[in-house]
Amino acid sequence: MSPIVRKIEQAGAVAADGVVDGEDADAAGQKLLGVPLELDNLHVAFGARKVLQGLTLDIPARQFVAVVGRSGVGKSTLMRLIVGLDRPNDGRVLIDGNEVTSLQKSVRLLFQDARLLPWQTVLSNVGIARMPGWKETALTALRDVGLEDRQNDWPAVLSGGQRQRVALARVLVGHPAVLLLDEPFGALDALTRSEMHALLERLWLRHRFTTLLITHDVAEAVALADRVVVIRDGRVTYDVDVDLPRPRRRIDPLTVALQSKILDQV
Amino acid sequence: MASRSVLRGAGGIVPWLVPIAVLAIWELAARGGFVEARLLPAPSQVAMAFWDTLRSGALLHHVAISSNRAFLGLLLGGGLGFLLGVINGTSRHAELLLDSALQMFRNVPHLAVIPMVILWFGIDEMAKVFLVAIGTLFPIYLNTFHGIRTVDRGLIEMARVNGLGPFAIFWRVVLPGALPSVLVGLRYALGIMWLTLIVAETIAASSGIGYMTMNAREFLHTDVVVLGIIIYALLGKAADVATKLIEHRVLAWHPAYHAAGNAA
Ligand SMILES: Nc1ncnc2c1ncn2[C@@H]1O[C@H](COP(=O)(O)OP(=O)(O)OP(=O)(O)O)[C@@H](O)[C@H]1O
Ligand SMILES: [Mg+2]
Repeated sequence: MSPIVRKIEQAGAVAADGVVDGEDADAAGQKLLGVPLELDNLHVAFGARKVLQGLTLDIPARQFVAVVGRSGVGKSTLMRLIVGLDRPNDGRVLIDGNEVTSLQKSVRLLFQDARLLPWQTVLSNVGIARMPGWKETALTALRDVGLEDRQNDWPAVLSGGQRQRVALARVLVGHPAVLLLDEPFGALDALTRSEMHALLERLWLRHRFTTLLITHDVAEAVALADRVVVIRDGRVTYDVDVDLPRPRRRIDPLTVALQSKILDQV
Repeated sequence: MASRSVLRGAGGIVPWLVPIAVLAIWELAARGGFVEARLLPAPSQVAMAFWDTLRSGALLHHVAISSNRAFLGLLLGGGLGFLLGVINGTSRHAELLLDSALQMFRNVPHLAVIPMVILWFGIDEMAKVFLVAIGTLFPIYLNTFHGIRTVDRGLIEMARVNGLGPFAIFWRVVLPGALPSVLVGLRYALGIMWLTLIVAETIAASSGIGYMTMNAREFLHTDVVVLGIIIYALLGKAADVATKLIEHRVLAWHPAYHAAGNAA
């Protein structure tokens, strides 16, 4: 059996050897989604501008990795490679051992802006792929992000944070094995942002997709991730595990110490 | 409070004061012989002309014929313009092949080809329909093309990442995104549609509102001429109101059209 563990439907879940055991399945008995992700010597250049220059990173299944780096260092470019929107000039992206050569169904990307279709209701936006039974699935996802009562609204009447939550619900509906978050909370105020952090952590603990979170905010990285990597000059220059118990508090001295260590590297 | 509601009540009447005054003065001037009825008939005469032509069935006959030409022309020209806009908007190759030719045609004022049209079709129905068609083709083509080209690339990318195929992307992302622009084109086209028809029917026709007014002019029935002008204005207004209703319906998602802010 393929080691890809995908949640097909909640009821008819078939256990895959060694991946789903008592600990790895959540309370509802749902299978956990994450698969390993391997970035192998990636090179990307736009004309003469070299963006990625031999970026290599190994991410085990279900790990939550935060990617930190200066603006323009190529973080979004990296995301586009992983989801299959663009191809590298050299190097490979391997998802669960398979090289990415086209758009990946098992990868979902949450963009920095919510990118909702203004002419579809919140529910229709969440169920945009129109898979069989999409209304039920979409409603469940909206419930997950706490917006089920807004299902019939137009996106235009939502607040920025609500829109980002709808986009998160849309991503969840795809049952991603790999979840890519490209600075999804950058435009939100501090309060909404920490709400979104709690939500994201809860969802990740439940579904355990392999997660890559891009952020400018080192505090955000340390609060959420198992591991923080710094990208500089087109490659990974710093890689540190965050061995702090969850849920984490920002004012914890250990957290603060780690934050300043990472900041020195950016 | 009281004074404000009085004001609001007055607000319903105030815009009508000037038109009513103009009509009254016009009527008095015509009756008093200050204006020659042959040059400008009194409003009451126009009303009589309306009643007479309505009773004889001539009015409805001509209105039906004119509307028929207008909408057939719009259907053909607008339909083709829309189709070309979609094709050129979605395919760079098609654009390369067709767009500059279309832009060249667009620079020919469509009324300038009337002599040719009369040569080709005489004063046949086809002549009027053809003129309306080429008049309405370009506004719809240009706005459809522009609407499709300016659809947010980010939304298309999002749709691809979420597994939508090319057809689903076209129907659910590109077309709805282009719709506001298409409707702007439609409103332009409606204006041009009536204008073209007025000219075409005035020059070469044996039926329709334009023919009715030209015919009346020959017999110095100025009341019917004025009636014809008013009918054109009403038809134009009706078409405009209809597009506004369509916009409200299909652009309900657009913040500009939100009433209650709820889609359901
Ligand atoms: N399609 C493109 N064509 C040309 N250059 C590009 C293209 N996409 C990205 N770049 C360039 O590649 C570099 C990296 O861009 P990228 O968007 O990946 O940066 P980023 O790390 O995500 O930055 P930010 O944190 O500001 O979002 C930038 O210098 C950008 O100008
Ligand atoms: Mg970016």
